[in-house]
Amino acid sequence: MTASEPHAAALHDAAGDVVVEASDVDYSIGGRQIFSGLTLRARRGRITAVMGPSGTGKTTLLKLITAQAYADSGAVRVWGRDVGHLRTREVFAMRRRMGMLFQNGALLTDLDVFENVAFPLREHTNLSEPLIRALVLTKLQAVGLRGAASLMPAELSGGMARRVALARAVVMDPELLIYDEPFVGLDPIGLGMILRLIQMMNEALGITSIVVSHDVQELAMIAHDSYLIAEGRVVAAGTPKELEASDSPIVRQFLSGSPDGPVPFQYPAPEYAQQLLEGEVR
Amino acid sequence: MTNGRETGSIARGTQRIGAIALFAFRLLAACGPALARPGLIVEQIYNAGGRSLIIIMLSGMSTGAVLGLQGYNLLQRFGSEDVLGVAAALSLIKELGPVLTALLFAGRAGTALTSEIGLMRATDQLTAMDIMAVDPVRHVVAPRFLGGLISMPLLTAVFSIAGLFGAQLVGVQMMGVDVGSFWSQMQSSVALHDVNEGIVKSLVFGFVVTLIAVYEGYHTDATAEGVGLATTRTVVASSVLTLLIDYMLTAAFL
Repeated sequence: MTASEPHAAALHDAAGDVVVEASDVDYSIGGRQIFSGLTLRARRGRITAVMGPSGTGKTTLLKLITAQAYADSGAVRVWGRDVGHLRTREVFAMRRRMGMLFQNGALLTDLDVFENVAFPLREHTNLSEPLIRALVLTKLQAVGLRGAASLMPAELSGGMARRVALARAVVMDPELLIYDEPFVGLDPIGLGMILRLIQMMNEALGITSIVVSHDVQELAMIAHDSYLIAEGRVVAAGTPKELEASDSPIVRQFLSGSPDGPVPFQYPAPEYAQQLLEGEVR
Repeated sequence: MTNGRETGSIARGTQRIGAIALFAFRLLAACGPALARPGLIVEQIYNAGGRSLIIIMLSGMSTGAVLGLQGYNLLQRFGSEDVLGVAAALSLIKELGPVLTALLFAGRAGTALTSEIGLMRATDQLTAMDIMAVDPVRHVVAPRFLGGLISMPLLTAVFSIAGLFGAQLVGVQMMGVDVGSFWSQMQSSVALHDVNEGIVKSLVFGFVVTLIAVYEGYHTDATAEGVGLATTRTVVASSVLTLLIDYMLTAAFL
């Protein structure tokens, strides 16, 4: 698959099947162009992986999807509605249907594990205390941390914090779950747990998932659709196997982890010898 | 060149005042719903007010003791040491109580508010609330703002009472001013409008100092350096504004 036809497979899907769609999105911040002509889709009930080298704006894409930032041009549609044209109340209504797992968990540090998971329920529902307790314990059981309900976030390891955050993200039974770099900084056991949980949330609950990460091997194990973002646009798309078969230099470099290639090792700089000879301090 | 730079800083300053005003409107709108959860506000009154009590009482007593000492030294030159109680009471209730409490509050509770909210920003807790469709201004900022606003007049009262005790300790117990004239002169000369002036000042300072503290915390750069800078800005801006506004309010009350 080439850059000119990045998502041929996705284009044939029925519109009702698409949960998140970015069409020809341009976005820049502080004079720096992050996206130019970014186009991708996440389909219902599938795990969509968004990969790319660090600094390509993967997290920014999540901000555009969750209406924390707005595209300069083009449109980001979630459940068919352009998030750039939603009112505050509509944005909150949209967010109630989605969950997000932050890179560092983002647990509320003044609440214990139980209260962290109960937080969205207490805010958005009038459920009775026994029901809240049952729901929270069910979600904590699913992530294997029912026994840690009374711990404070500071007492949790990185992997545990992320699992609690996942329990919190699914406690309102969202239709769309967004994962921001879920594998960063985890040991192999923690990583394996998160992988299994992402898969479980998708298979058992049918949650549409978008996973943003640069961990190629892990994503290949769970993703149904993959997008590779570089230089502000999608440079390759398809199933993980299709991506692996790609002969695009940037895809090859990213998948094989070569230190040099279309993404250069050297940050742009003046000519080396000339700079040395100039004798300037910096 | 200099003109350009000055114009730039004036523009930035104006922009900042505008941003704080807009944030204040958003915050005040969020205070109504926040009042529905008194538990959160009581917790913040304890955090901002209760935890500042010791420092306020100690500072109040020291200030009162100094007033007693200096006041006695000055008044005895004119043979008027009997009015020491009035002098101490008016200084404390109208000026030193509200102003010093606001300065101490900015240093103790204001910085704590800024760094707490700033760290919540830096660790994505505020963003996470936003994504969970919970307005962080309503849930995090408004209770803290109300807690500060309610605490300030109470702390000011504690400061003034501790100050009077300190002045009495030095003036009456150490310097030998008559205890009867110390309190009776005070009772007959301090009017309700003097007390009102102190209450109004403490409410205004409470509003300004707490607003700046929560604004700086909420808008901090999500880095360790950003939180540090925001905390510094809280102390500097609230201290300077407290002193400026104090002059204006004093002029208005005269």
